[in-house]
Amino acid sequence: MKLADNALGGPVRMLAKPNLGEGFAFALMAAALIVAPLFAYPVFLMKALCFALFACAFNLLIGYVGLLSFGHALFFGWAAYVCAHAAKVWGLTPELAIASGTAVAAVLGAIVGALAIRRQGIYFAMITLALAQMMYFFAVQAPFTHGEDGIQAVPRGRLFGLVDLADQTNMYVMVLVVFLAGFLLIYRIVNSPFGEVLKAIRENETRAVSLGYKTERYKLLAFVLSATFAGLAGATKALVFQLASLTDVDWPMSGEVILMTLVGGLGTLFGPVAGAFFMVTLENYLTTIGQWVFVVQGAIFVVCVLLFRRGIIGELAQFLRIKL
Amino acid sequence: MFEVLGISSQALFGQLLIGLINGSFYALLSLGLAVIFGMLNIINFTHGAQYMLGAFTAFFLLRYAGMGYWWAIVVAPLVIGLTGIIIERLFLQWLYKLDHLYGLLLTFGLALMFEGTFRNFFGSSGLPYSVPPELQGGRNLGFMFLPNYRAWVVLFSLAVCLATWFVIERTKLGSYLRAATENPTLVRAFGINVPRMITLTYGFGVALAALAGVMAAPIYNVSPQMGSNLIIVVFAVVVIGGMGSIMGAIVTGFGLGIIEGLTKVFFPEASNTVIFIIMAIVLLIRPAGLFGRGA
Repeated sequence: MKLADNALGGPVRMLAKPNLGEGFAFALMAAALIVAPLFAYPVFLMKALCFALFACAFNLLIGYVGLLSFGHALFFGWAAYVCAHAAKVWGLTPELAIASGTAVAAVLGAIVGALAIRRQGIYFAMITLALAQMMYFFAVQAPFTHGEDGIQAVPRGRLFGLVDLADQTNMYVMVLVVFLAGFLLIYRIVNSPFGEVLKAIRENETRAVSLGYKTERYKLLAFVLSATFAGLAGATKALVFQLASLTDVDWPMSGEVILMTLVGGLGTLFGPVAGAFFMVTLENYLTTIGQWVFVVQGAIFVVCVLLFRRGIIGELAQFLRIKL
Repeated sequence: MFEVLGISSQALFGQLLIGLINGSFYALLSLGLAVIFGMLNIINFTHGAQYMLGAFTAFFLLRYAGMGYWWAIVVAPLVIGLTGIIIERLFLQWLYKLDHLYGLLLTFGLALMFEGTFRNFFGSSGLPYSVPPELQGGRNLGFMFLPNYRAWVVLFSLAVCLATWFVIERTKLGSYLRAATENPTLVRAFGINVPRMITLTYGFGVALAALAGVMAAPIYNVSPQMGSNLIIVVFAVVVIGGMGSIMGAIVTGFGLGIIEGLTKVFFPEASNTVIFIIMAIVLLIRPAGLFGRGA
């Protein structure tokens, strides 16, 4: 990514060295995820991993640029639809199906981002929510999404035409690789010179402009990257559940990813992962209580905003006095 | 009856009327959002839920207390406005010093809690609420049939909107409000109790949402998710109009309702999305919004 120092203004040479705490925590997380299928149901783990990647993508915007997108379900859901359609109707192999879903999310991210960054703060949230709702209505009307039924019985296929993903272990390995690769890429982005400019925009946009940075371009690129990773998560999820449905593009999904990131800790590296596992586990236990799930989610929002703004990982990092 | 571009006048004006009614609700809700945002710097995501609560209060008053529409239109805004005041004292007052986004997240959480609770007890199907006897029936205007209740909704919400505009822009109380929006510290130095004004403003904005809910009850059914669908459209209306101007919110609300109604006649497939498309176009041409004062 040469954009940061050549095309977009002055160079920033502050490459943060990966610190010991983060490296150790990453090794711990990877090790836990490798042995996890011995103890937990693989589909549950894969669901949590997809949402964890989704939350990491969302956190790239809120945590490092300070932009609250209330419409990330748009990228997650549409990538799921395109991936499912590509795998089922076009008969593409899984890696190509995921790639096409992700590519569509990137294009949508470029369009929505270009519109939304024209306003700041609270308006940005409302614009992303409204545009996501518009695309939800398109999903309701478009014939290929099959409306209320969604795209069902999506074949998982053979990865590169070789590895049969119908096998739960193979599928888990693939999802884990996708998640870890996405996580590391986001880490790399956040700690690149480009990421440093993003943080500068978060702290004081006017100042960043006065230093000669074209902040609009940085924000747009960050938005597209975030949408792309959200799309990657959505496309992978479509193969895991062999289903893409309206739930994935509707506004409660956007709310859910916000909640996961908030619970885990906004702007922390591991927070979104912890938040996603926490919420997916909680929802697993709450499936029997029907609509009360919304009430519980709402209550967690209220508690987090009032008393617990640092989130799980944020509090942990504060307690251990390290950066996580 | 006559025809315009192959569409009967009944269909055309019927949809225009529905557009005006939707526009009334857009105007009332975006007005409340703008007033609240001006004082609290919070976008009240609970607004849609409070609109729903207003409709349910009317429904409960009728079922359990035998109090009809005319009672409800007074009592429901008061009750829901009062709960708004409690919400402001319990939760919102702690957020004024934080980033605006936390206010949005907290009110989103409250909206989920209200909607979830009502969904749990009432499912997602709507409950009927009948038009008050005084306003049943309608009149034939020659080019269309005008139901009395719908005419009442449009006229009454227009009156409420204009009254709100008058209070804020033309009275002494309104001048305090506007001054406190600009510079709360200075207004406090003049001995005006700004925190109390903030609390009452929130209560008032919420009461407007509940009033819209009571008026909507006989037109749409009373249902738990009636607010969440509406609030997203109202957000788009607010983005289009900008929150700087009270009159702007009213004009944008009614105008977009009418445009939506016309879209239903001429291009029904786009009727759900037309407001969002207009929002995108406005963002391209005038990023600050039609009545906005800078982004």
